[in-house]
Amino acid sequence: MSQRIPVTELTGGFRDRAEIALADGQLRTNFRTAMDSLMKKRADAFPDEEEREGLRELGNRTKARALSRLPDLLEQLEAKLTDNGVKVHWAETTEQANEIVHGIIRARQGSRVVKGKSMVSEEMEMNDYLAERGVECLESDMGEYIVQLDGEKPSHIIMPAIHKNRRQVSKLFHDKLGVEETDDVNELIQIGRRTLRRKFMEADVGVSGVNFAIAETGTLLLVENEGNGRMSTTAPPVHIAVTGLEKVVENLRDVVPLLSLLTRSALGQPITTYVNMISGPRKADELDGPEEVHLVLLDNGRSGAFADAQMRQTLNCIRCGACMNHCPVYTRVGGHTYGEVYPGPIGKIVTPHMVGLHQVPDHPSASSLCGACGDVCPVKIPIPELLQRLRQENVKSPAEGAKVKDGGAKYSRKERLVWRFWRTLNSSPVLYRLFLWGATRFRKLTPKNVGPWTENHTAPVPAKRSLHDLAREHLARNGGQ
Amino acid sequence: MSARSNILNKLRSGLAGSIPRPDDFDERLVTEPWQYAPEDRIMRLRNLMEAVHTEIHQVSSDNWPEKVAAILAKRDLGNLLHAPATDHGQQLAEYLQQSDSSVQLLAYDRPVEEWKEELFWEVDASITGTVGAIAATGSLVLWPDRHEPRLMSLLPPLHIALLRASEIEDNLYAMMQRQNWSAGLPTNLLLVSGPSKTADIEQVLAYGAHGPKELVVLILEDA
Ligand code: SF4
Repeated sequence: MSQRIPVTELTGGFRDRAEIALADGQLRTNFRTAMDSLMKKRADAFPDEEEREGLRELGNRTKARALSRLPDLLEQLEAKLTDNGVKVHWAETTEQANEIVHGIIRARQGSRVVKGKSMVSEEMEMNDYLAERGVECLESDMGEYIVQLDGEKPSHIIMPAIHKNRRQVSKLFHDKLGVEETDDVNELIQIGRRTLRRKFMEADVGVSGVNFAIAETGTLLLVENEGNGRMSTTAPPVHIAVTGLEKVVENLRDVVPLLSLLTRSALGQPITTYVNMISGPRKADELDGPEEVHLVLLDNGRSGAFADAQMRQTLNCIRCGACMNHCPVYTRVGGHTYGEVYPGPIGKIVTPHMVGLHQVPDHPSASSLCGACGDVCPVKIPIPELLQRLRQENVKSPAEGAKVKDGGAKYSRKERLVWRFWRTLNSSPVLYRLFLWGATRFRKLTPKNVGPWTENHTAPVPAKRSLHDLAREHLARNGGQ
Repeated sequence: MSARSNILNKLRSGLAGSIPRPDDFDERLVTEPWQYAPEDRIMRLRNLMEAVHTEIHQVSSDNWPEKVAAILAKRDLGNLLHAPATDHGQQLAEYLQQSDSSVQLLAYDRPVEEWKEELFWEVDASITGTVGAIAATGSLVLWPDRHEPRLMSLLPPLHIALLRASEIEDNLYAMMQRQNWSAGLPTNLLLVSGPSKTADIEQVLAYGAHGPKELVVLILEDA
């Protein structure tokens, strides 16, 4: 029998949710299978290591170059888009972005919105915001649709419903849409197609994300396989694209390496079925396409990350999801455990700038620092390095002035004292020897209960003799040879 | 202060003292691995597109309408959306007329709002031109215009695309350069690399998600 995934109830912190997720066999199987297959697909899509590394380097430089001129490029993008007939809006916060979107919908007296996949709209919690104001906001990507129908959030940025298997989807469709249960994935997709096609036809407004915004030509580029992105941006009379301000690139040619890196890293595809390049609303002599196109540029903490040269690298991200596919932690705990819009390694390095470390104090340390994420990242974001930096920011004392939003969330005077003691101990030979002497003699006195460690492990007991001691004896016996 | 100036000011102060990075775009990295001998180009395109369920036929540029009729007959389709003002639209219409075909030819001759219901649900197939294709990724390039609007290649369950063999480029970069895209793009430029698909349930590939369930490409070679 399929069971509901308990972790969707986002109670408690990362640790509590991780515990529940780890005990859920179905969830773990679903993720393990999916991640294994995504890793293999990516590897197969990059058969030539030299080509791959050359392209990653180019991808990194292309993004770094764009960021090094970000404010100018945003102005250029705005000017070009305006020339093309697209209206550009700026939002510092998700609240502002939602107000803008709602304002556009209200001006058209719209009540029905269809959405192509957009992680930024998840950041904004746009669906809820609009629903509260009487606007139906329907996800149209199959995975997003399934997740929305079940009142959940996406568990992966590319494959939102990856935590569910076909039986769970079939049951859901049966319960919510009143259709027959079926084990046939094709039939399930056709059910989605029929239901959503009517919605595309009737929608007043289409909302989408953006993969790359090209300053040179004033073009919004979107990738997708299903055609729902094209539907959402073409069929309704109004199209609103929402995007983070880091998505801008300088020239049209810059998307060539980035596009190839994105689709190969994400799904192992040489390219997605559709690459949709939008440079303006319907022209006077054209017969379809939206009459109005809007772009909402969202900051939401990005300018904060931008201000720090090291953290700025998080804005290189092209949201391919490869880092989560290769993450041993993500694969085991699943996307919902992170409790935020962006899960996995990328989530750990971007979320603190958006919501502050107070809200995600465990994220920087929920990593083994194995380095897999940094090795696969197509734009070479040094994720492990940034995680270490966040760990430092996380424990900074108020006097040390953390540089990341709500830094010092995990600062504890007690812990600081323990470390200070440890440092003194290890930097004074006399104290160190004294400590060793004591620890080996009185080993039996080590506490049986040492915090969370002993919940799952036996307590550590020092050995009878120290390594130093044994080495000294060995050297003496062998005459130092 | 407006959101716009707040954001730009923050970004500018974040950049204080730094200089923009030089443009060292190395085009070799996106062209050299993706070059093909002329005779291999079609093969590469075919292999990639067929791998994602595209049906491809190589036909001569004067008898392709016959192939279209056969494709429609095989599927027993009743109507076909075409663009009468284009050369290929005319060529097709003439052929179907004199061959006594029962296929009803439709034209996208009014704004979408005037026939949305019909366009969304009742068109069986469409045929459009392309402005070329890309061998490296197996992609068609569509440049929708007044005659062949955007939805024409998206709504009908079967999309037939005409491609001139001579217009296949090695890679996306070469295509952009050759057609000088940065000098001016249409309102909507599309790369299409197969029928619509999804793998959102258990990663099982299913075709016909929201767009065409079938894509047929006719590669026209000079007669
Ligand atoms: S951090 Fe890198 S690997 Fe992860 S989603 Fe972003 S671009 Fe992809």
